[in-house]
Parts: sequence; structure tokens; C-alpha cells
Amino acid sequence: MDKLDAPALRSRIETFAQAQAIGRWDLGAASSNDSSVQVDRGEAKQMKAAQRSSITVRVWNGDGLVGITSTSDLSDSGLQKALAGAQDASAFGNPDDCPAFSPLATAPLQVLEQPLHEPRGILELLTSLKDAERQLLDRHPALTTVPYNGLAERSSERLYLNSDGACRQQQLTTASVYLYARAEQAGRKPRSAGAVRLAYGASDLDLAGCITEAADRTIAHLDYAPIPTGHYTCVFSPEAFLDLIGAFSSLFNARAVLDGVSLSSRSSLGQSLAVPFLSIADNGLHPGNIGASNFDGEGTPTRRLSLVEGGVLENFLHSEATARAFKVAPTGHAGLGAKVSVGPDWFEIGATPGAAGAALGLDRLAASSQGGAGLVLIDSLSALHAGVKASQGSFSLPFDGWLLQGGETRSIEAATVAGDIRSLLMAIVGFEGEAKVTPDGLCPHVWVEGLSITGEA
Amino acid sequence: MVVTLSPSSASPSGLADRFDQAWRSPLESLLGLGSAAGADLVEVFLERTDHLGVLAEQERITSVSPAFGTGAGIRVFLGERDGFVSTNDLSEAGLRRALEQALGMLGLAAPSLATPAPSGFNGLATLRDFGASKAPWLGACPTLAEATTRLLEGTNQLERQGAHLQARRGSYARDWQEVLVAASDGTFARDIRLHQSLGLTVLAADGEHRASAGRRYGSSGRPEHLAQWDVEASAQEVCTSAGTMLYSDYVEACQVPVVLANRFGGVIFHEACGHLLETTQVERGTTPFADQVGELIAHEAVTAIDEGLSEGAFGSLSMDDEGMEPQRTVLIENGVLRRFLSDRAGERRTGHERTGSGRRQSHAFAAASRMRNTYIAAGPHSPAELIASVEKGLYCKAMGGGSVGPTGQFNFAVEEGYLIEDGQLTKSVKGATLIGEAKEVMPRISMCANDLELAAGFCGSVSGSIFVTVGQPHIKVDSITVGGR
Repeated sequence: MDKLDAPALRSRIETFAQAQAIGRWDLGAASSNDSSVQVDRGEAKQMKAAQRSSITVRVWNGDGLVGITSTSDLSDSGLQKALAGAQDASAFGNPDDCPAFSPLATAPLQVLEQPLHEPRGILELLTSLKDAERQLLDRHPALTTVPYNGLAERSSERLYLNSDGACRQQQLTTASVYLYARAEQAGRKPRSAGAVRLAYGASDLDLAGCITEAADRTIAHLDYAPIPTGHYTCVFSPEAFLDLIGAFSSLFNARAVLDGVSLSSRSSLGQSLAVPFLSIADNGLHPGNIGASNFDGEGTPTRRLSLVEGGVLENFLHSEATARAFKVAPTGHAGLGAKVSVGPDWFEIGATPGAAGAALGLDRLAASSQGGAGLVLIDSLSALHAGVKASQGSFSLPFDGWLLQGGETRSIEAATVAGDIRSLLMAIVGFEGEAKVTPDGLCPHVWVEGLSITGEA
Repeated sequence: MVVTLSPSSASPSGLADRFDQAWRSPLESLLGLGSAAGADLVEVFLERTDHLGVLAEQERITSVSPAFGTGAGIRVFLGERDGFVSTNDLSEAGLRRALEQALGMLGLAAPSLATPAPSGFNGLATLRDFGASKAPWLGACPTLAEATTRLLEGTNQLERQGAHLQARRGSYARDWQEVLVAASDGTFARDIRLHQSLGLTVLAADGEHRASAGRRYGSSGRPEHLAQWDVEASAQEVCTSAGTMLYSDYVEACQVPVVLANRFGGVIFHEACGHLLETTQVERGTTPFADQVGELIAHEAVTAIDEGLSEGAFGSLSMDDEGMEPQRTVLIENGVLRRFLSDRAGERRTGHERTGSGRRQSHAFAAASRMRNTYIAAGPHSPAELIASVEKGLYCKAMGGGSVGPTGQFNFAVEEGYLIEDGQLTKSVKGATLIGEAKEVMPRISMCANDLELAAGFCGSVSGSIFVTVGQPHIKVDSITVGGR
């Protein structure tokens, strides 16, 4: 992929801005080349490639108000039109919440170990995916198809520039594979599960691990039964717990706090949010975060930020504007906009070192053989976009998982788990096993007691 | 026909700001090259977009987000396989590069410019210009000043009509799109689309009690939509819903009869059944209805339709994204499965005839069989009769979002619910989720009321997020699992 020419882009923008009497501006630009394949029972189903480029410009008008415009047209006329559009929009900028350049837009960046890979090419991807599909289907006679699958590689570049001279640039290559198998047995409902892997290049993808995980998870759901509706102690897989925390990340989001749509408020800092042995940090720089960025949309360096320590809310995620409102430094979690969005990068969740109260050495298999209603292992959550009311704290989510009871493990036919995130964070019993690196973060299995499960009424 | 792509005669440079007859020659050159390379079918989709998004919060406009762009999507079919390439580069070289990449995916190579190969392509048909009368639309849309004023009226109305409101938001989006579709079967068509959506949302909070409510209103091809918006009625509907739900108890999990309200209640049919009637699902082998055309798959009370024709509806189209005019497609008639929704790929791979349902979010997505305006037809009953027929159950007045799993299980959040006791609505409840499988639930829709209404929505699936309409009259489901606490 051709490298984005930052000096040339700066020169063009400066020329056009000057012609439109725009003295202060910044921009985010991105370009990418993607290739992906899908297969269906040994044949190519669809092969896709995409070349994308886009730019978002912000300008400050004479009253200090900000306007923004985005375009995929990087021609001279496109850039001129974008600047003019941003200038027009700035007349409607919000004087109460006006973004500025990040004071850290020229601060040193941490160098990331992100090897750049040459693309393998779509036909090689196709061969690999056909082979992966065949291997997966060969694992068990009940595995009939892999209806959702894909192997993709991407090379991309992003850029941040501002009229004060800041220049951030990052090149990246990534690859991903996902395999979701479907299993069918006579007289039984079809079952489905899958796995995902990420890497910096297609040749580094753990295809074998993805095949094994997809097969094992799907096969493990073949012997299913309904679960009686009731309250259970639940064991969240690392992926499921990270998904849940991600869905409620407005708890840690300064933008949401200022907008009044977070369960947290300014006064929540220093207050207890969870059991006293829970720690949550955001660390986009973790080496397990494939495709990490070392700067955010405003050019602020990415960094590790402790959010919850010993159950106490310690920090919020910030953009430049929210940080200014809270009189702290930006944390590197901003997008780029007239109203700048704020979001997490990659969570680290686990026990607070030295904190008491967490049950240690939890073992779901041992616990399930002690009788009682059993444990529910929540492997993956679905429909988070619909089942989470982040501003209210409530959730009701379908999940795939198993009931562990009397020393046996049986897949749950269909069920939802419901509750309140604040109650859940106070009902954590402890952790099981080592923390696992996932695409969304680092987390061990998390035990939570007393959650409502709807299965068979 | 022998075609060449020469820089002098076929350069589309400078044409990116107008989609018209001037594109005929360069497109014919591209399509001819693709055909000469051995492709069964080549399709080019060109797009220009102009978007405006505005957000009002409390008494301020907090975000104005214009965006514009151009792009092309080139798709090549060979047998049942296809290769698809999208690009922002509409130059001659950019389009040729994309075509060659798509051909290469299928093991084909474009003939060189110097030695053009024979092609089965016989040129494009006369341009069908569905956009000719729509040129004034963009200019007739509200100005930025008018849009911001109207949205602030909305948030002010929320303040007047609501109580305990912690956050008030109004949003407006205007999406203008010009498309040109050309294919090696001669298809040559142009259209202009205009979609506008308005939304009001509130978060009410009183101590530990919290409730949110929102409504969205959308239209297509109506530049006057924002000006004609009944702000006061919308604000009242939202505030009433939030106020009712603020102090509601959580529902207990149960298995009961449910009455679903009209309009957005249709989201369940859309998600749980409609997607299973798209040929993309037949291709994947993920619909339980694949071999059931002509068979009873739903209660005889159910007739379901998908069409792109209702004037002004969010999912209406003059042509689909493959250049085909939309139809009124009866999916289910008196419980019997009649047809699947199909696009070019679906027709090639499953044999189901195209229905004008090839849709995509943008040039960056290959078209797929997707829904347009999808609804359950009206029945003979009054809504009151449905409720009166339930001894103990749940009335779902407003539905939230939901999803369908890869094996057909669905779940939907109920935004505003009421218990039904002895045929009467009693107390409001929150936190309900409807859970089931289409194949099991469709036969349980035993009563349809006579108050069909449509509601605008967005549908995200294989070809991106598209504008759709869902709808139904009040319906009764004899038994469904209700998730709760």
C-alpha cells in the first residue's frame, strides 16, 4: 500500500484553508486495502476486496466554534468542499463544549511492536480457508456446514495533523479468521458455535487453534437440555465478562457522565463501584491488543489507565474536552468530531493485588459435583446492542453456555441472563484460572452469584 | 461485440460529480472487458452520497456532521461464484484496477488493450432514469438552520411535557444518494434516493428509578418531512412512555400469551421470520423454511408481505441496487409460504426468481437479498378483542431491538410492557425479553387486528445497514417465553 503522504496532505490543506480564511484546523485521514474470502462446502462463496480512503476535517471559526465534515473524496475539489462544509457547520458549533487541540498531540508516543506483513493475496486466503473448513467439518459427523466463516487481511494507515504542526501516523497490517460451525443431529435442533483469531498477518493466524476451538465448542453444545428458570451462580468466560463490561463502559466514560447518560457522576470518583477485590484498567498498549493504536483521534498518546482499583472507581476515560471539564489530562480515548466521542481500547480485568475477600482457587467442575442447583457457565453473550440498557444499568441477554450439576456438564438449550450491572459488580464471588488474552481484553473466568436465568418457565 | 478501454475514449475522469449518459461509453468498455475475460456477468454500481447529521441535547445543538463521498462497487459472477471489489477511486485506472482485481479472484484476466477479445456483451440498454424527477430533492430539504431550529423545538417540547428528565435528545439525519447501475446483461439505470429520519429520546431518573424512551420517524422521497413533523405529538408519546416506565417493576420470567402492538411491533416478524425468507439464508443453509414453499409454516391468520412500493415509506425504492424495479412480494399467505426474497446472487445460487430486493448500504457492499417494507397484513379483529382474549399475559406496547441467532433463536427487548389480567391491561412492567424460534412461534400467531401501521427502522445484515419499514397490526401470540428477573 502506498504510504499516506503527510507533508503533501498538510501542504494541500494549508493552501486550501488559507484561501478560505481558515486559520485553525485539524484532520484525521485513513486509507486501507482489505481482502476477504468466504467459502461454502469446499467452494468459494464470495471474495471481496476494498480500497477505502477518507478524511475528516475540523475547523475553528472566528468565534472559536468548531465545525466538521467527512469525505471519501480526497481530490483537491473534495478537500476544498470538505473545508467549506466544516466552515459552514462551525456556525452551529456548541459554545458550551468546544473542542481544542489536545495538549498532548505532540507528546512522545510509545513504540509498538507491530510487524508489517506483505499481503498473501486473495487466492492464497481462499486455499487456506477451504482447508480450514474441511478440517473443521472432519472433526465430527454432526458438523454439517460452517455457515459463517471468513479469512481476511488488511493493510491500513491513519494520520492526524493539525495546524499547530502536530503529525501522527501509523501503518498497520492485520488478519482475521472466524469459523462458526453448525451441527445437526436427527430429531434435534441445530446447534452453532465458533471461534475467532487475530494476528498481524495471515501467515501468523492460529488457524489450527481456531478450528479446534470452533469444533470443540460446537460439539459441546450437541447434548443440550432446557434449564429451569431461576437464580444461579454464574461463571462468565473471559470473553463474556469482557463483552458485558464493554457494553456498560459508559460507567467509565467522561463524555457520558457529562451528558447525563452514565450511571456514574462526577462524584462517583473515589466511590465503591464493585467488590473490593476487583480491578479494571484500560490498556490499549497491551501486546495482546492486535491492531492497537498508539494515539487517539485527537493525537493524544494511548496509555494504560486504571479505572477501578479495589472496587473503587478511580478514573474516567477522556477526550481533550472532557479532560478540560474535569481538570485532568486527556487519556487517549477520543475520536474526532465536533462533539468528540470517548471509548475504551482494551480492558484488563482481574483481582486487585493484595486485596482480601475474593474466593481463591475456584473450580467450577469441583463445585458442580457438590450438589445443589448447579453452576451456569456463560460462554458467550448475544444481542448486547438490544439487551443492554447502559443508562439504566439493566441487561437481559441470551447466552450460550452449560449447566454444571452433579459433576456433569450439559449444554443449555436456550436461555437469557438478566440483572443490573451495579448489583452484578457487587455480587462477584471470585475468579477462576489464569487471565486469558482475548480480542477485547485480558480477563479470567469470573464467578457471580444470584443471577436470574430464564430458560424453561 | 469487441470492446476496448482506451484512455482517450473512455476516461470517466471528471464525471464523478454527475451520473448520466456520459458514463455509457466508459461503463460499456469496462463491462465488455469483463465479459471478454470470461465472466458470466459483470455489474458496476456507482454512488454519490451527501449526508447531514444533527444532534440536539437539552437546549444546545451539540453536533453537526456533514459527510459526502463517491465510490464504485464492481462484481463479477462466474457460475455460482462471485468476486467483489469496492473503491473510492472513480478514475479510469481505478475502475479498471478494481475490475481486474475482481476478475482475478475468479481466475480470470482482462484482455490487454492491444488485443481485445470477443465478448458476449451487447451494450447497455437505454438508460432508465428513475432519478430524473428527483433532482430538486436535495435543494428542497431543510437548511441547516431550519433543521437545528426544528430539533431544538423537539427538545424544548420534551422539557415541557416530561418529568424527571435527566437527558433530552433530538436527532436528524438526511441521506441523499445518487446511484448508477450497469451490468453486462444490458441493465443501465439511475436513481436518486432521499431518506430522512428524526428521533427523540429521553432518560428519566428519580433516585434509583431510571427509564429511557425513544421514537424514530423516517421517510423516503419527502423533502418536506422535517417541516411536517408533529413535534408536540412525538414529544408527548416519548414522555408518556418514559413517565410510565420510570417506576415500573421488573417483570418475572414466564411463559404466557402475548399481545404485540402495531407499528414497531413488526420488528419481531422482520427479525425472526423475514430474514429467514431471504435467499442469502437459503444459500447458507440457515433457514428452516428452505424447502417449504407451498407448505403451512404459520397460523392461517398470518399473511405477510414485503414490498418496496408504499409511497414515502422508509424501505420504498424506485429500483433496487441491481437496477430492478421493486415488487409487492407475498411471503406468506394464510399461513402458507409463497416466496423468498431474491437478488441476482440468490437467483443464480438458489433458483428463486429476483424480486427487486437486491440492496446494499453503499458501494462498499455487494448487494444481497434484503427486506424493504415488511409487514403482517391486517386481520378482522379489533385490538381490544385481542387483549380481552387473554386471561394472564403480557402486552408489549413498544418494542426495542433484538437479534436472531445463527440457528433461528430470537430475542427482543420490550421497551414498554403491561400485564394483562382477566382481559384487561393492568400494571406496567419493564425488563421483559421475548424469546423463541420463528418456526415455533409463527404457528402461534392466532389473531391479527385491523390496525396495520408501519414504522421506520434500520436493518443491519450481510450487505450493511439499510433503510427498512417494519409493520403489523396488533397481533396475539398464544404462548411465548418472556425473560425477566
